[in-house]
Amino acid sequence: MEKKWEEMTADEKRNDLIGKWLSPPGVKYASPDAEKEYKARVQRILDAINLKKPDRVPVFPMMGFFPAYYAGFTPRDVMYDYDKLMSSHVKYVLDFQPDAHGSVTISPPGKSFDILDYKLYAWPGHGVAPEYSYQCIEGEYMKADEYDALTDDPTYFFLTTFLPRTMAALDAFKMISPLTSMTEMYGGFTGAALVPYGLPPVQAALKALMDAGTEAFKWIQTVGAYGGAMAVAGFPGFFGGGTKAPFDTIGDTLRGTRGIITDMYRQPAKLIRAMEQITPIMVKMGVANARQNGCPVVFIPLHKGADGFMSEEQFKKFYWPTLKDLITGLIAEGCIPFPWAEGGYNTRLKLIKDVPKGKVIWGFDTTDMAKAKEILGDVACIGGNMSIATLSVGTVQNVKDSVKKLIADAGKGGGYIMMSGAVIENVPPANVKAMIDATKEYGVYK
Amino acid sequence: MAKDLAKALADLKEDEALAIVREKLNAGADPIGILNDAGRGMETVGARFSKSEYFIPDLVYSGEILKQINELVKPKLAKGGAVKTGGKVIIGTVAGDIHDIGKDIVVFMLDVSGFEVFDLGVDVPIQKFVDKIKETGSTVVGLSGFLTLAYDAMKQTVEAIQKAGLRDKTRIMIGGGQITDDIVKYTGADAYGKDAVAGVTLARKWLSAK
Repeated sequence: MEKKWEEMTADEKRNDLIGKWLSPPGVKYASPDAEKEYKARVQRILDAINLKKPDRVPVFPMMGFFPAYYAGFTPRDVMYDYDKLMSSHVKYVLDFQPDAHGSVTISPPGKSFDILDYKLYAWPGHGVAPEYSYQCIEGEYMKADEYDALTDDPTYFFLTTFLPRTMAALDAFKMISPLTSMTEMYGGFTGAALVPYGLPPVQAALKALMDAGTEAFKWIQTVGAYGGAMAVAGFPGFFGGGTKAPFDTIGDTLRGTRGIITDMYRQPAKLIRAMEQITPIMVKMGVANARQNGCPVVFIPLHKGADGFMSEEQFKKFYWPTLKDLITGLIAEGCIPFPWAEGGYNTRLKLIKDVPKGKVIWGFDTTDMAKAKEILGDVACIGGNMSIATLSVGTVQNVKDSVKKLIADAGKGGGYIMMSGAVIENVPPANVKAMIDATKEYGVYK
Repeated sequence: MAKDLAKALADLKEDEALAIVREKLNAGADPIGILNDAGRGMETVGARFSKSEYFIPDLVYSGEILKQINELVKPKLAKGGAVKTGGKVIIGTVAGDIHDIGKDIVVFMLDVSGFEVFDLGVDVPIQKFVDKIKETGSTVVGLSGFLTLAYDAMKQTVEAIQKAGLRDKTRIMIGGGQITDDIVKYTGADAYGKDAVAGVTLARKWLSAK
């Protein structure tokens, strides 16, 4: 009989997730060829991750809103019309035939965020033009003196402080009592803790949350079928889940860049303690999604640890320890962490080599790939670096030349996945096609 | 206690730097002299950044200290404050892009390097750059952008400057996470700075060559 997840070793968990990725339960393939191709595509990616030589270099262009633009829609269109979202992504995959697709959830349900009066992002038609992608609005959504509140009870802090500040419709959640008070029936326990839910503003906030949820449910009822539909056609998904490095979790949307930088000087111990506190939460976020989606790869976009963003000393002190714990924690749960180093990571390569062999995909944006291959090649699969600038403004020949060079620099002997250096938005479709086709042409291993 | 404000600021000793400023002000020191010391400290910060001894956190933190020094000194300052002698620079994040962290660091470094900076903010309509060039007579423009959508907005902004007949006397630099030499060519700009200090170097070169 099947073992319970909690009783499995890391390897058993990994094999379980890989098994589900290779043979997704319940999928009835469109044809025997579709099944063969599906499995070949996953195997190609797995071989690269396992540092074996696949039949050829796998190619996975990371999509932003490219499928929408390609289908003649704006980002606004697909964020509000889930059929358009679904049909555009299906069209992209079938027309371009990549080895894997990303997730349609890159385009969240716009109306939910209207309902919540969301302050953390501007999005198409709501702070940015309909033809552009959503963009984060940095701020100190957590104040400098709130580290203790975050560290003592992260969920309560989110519920009563972070959410009211980032979702105006949930402002009244400030009044909610700690849920951990509800341990007894009488006195100041549950009876008193229920009182805030009787207040009209709290009830209005709960209603808004329910309405936002209704819309999100509508969204997932449409787009939730995407992964299955693509598997039927022979195309696996690349992402099991996503999570973030603790430094970025706090620096991106809680304290903001300026905030976390001042904390590095004024209250380094509190910052480090908070990062340590949220690390297991970050692990769980990735694992939960990966298990639900039946795919072990957990995406970790890395932001503030890049070359130039901090010194090596600062990276060693503030950024790497909890990122490494996150990576280790994900591996222990059978996942394949996929840290994605935005910007350059040339000065970090030796440090980040400190991960177990064949368990991690290191993705790169502008890092020197020959150097990355030389330093990391015997420990981790590497991916990325197809220049987004070249894809955006180069010719088809420029793209082909870049693909050829990348395969020569980073593809030697396997362990490389062709990916764009950054998410692909409104770029010429011919260049995306060239990236995929050239990889299939030049990437074959003999 | 050391009285060297420039050194305290350059070494990012916040408490010490602010204590020195307070002490000097209490002793009736010339506020302009204090700002000059702070300026020397910031020069050292910039130099250390160019040599990769300092990084963005150090730069931003030095800015935080400087801001507080300015606030302490301001009430004692006669109207006008320090004179900007480096020349005029217009800067902004191009239309469609709302990112400001990178731009703000460049603005800050230009400002402490003695330039008169006209910061147009984020998501700046193309025409606003043209109007500002006409209004200020500035000959250096910086276009910032974090997202790839900025490529086209930068290109269109450069074209609009051209169409207004201002391109010949205007030098244009671009900057942002996904900027390369190819993008300089694509947008029709003159150069790109890979970081804030590179931006200051370009501005200095262009404005002193006039």
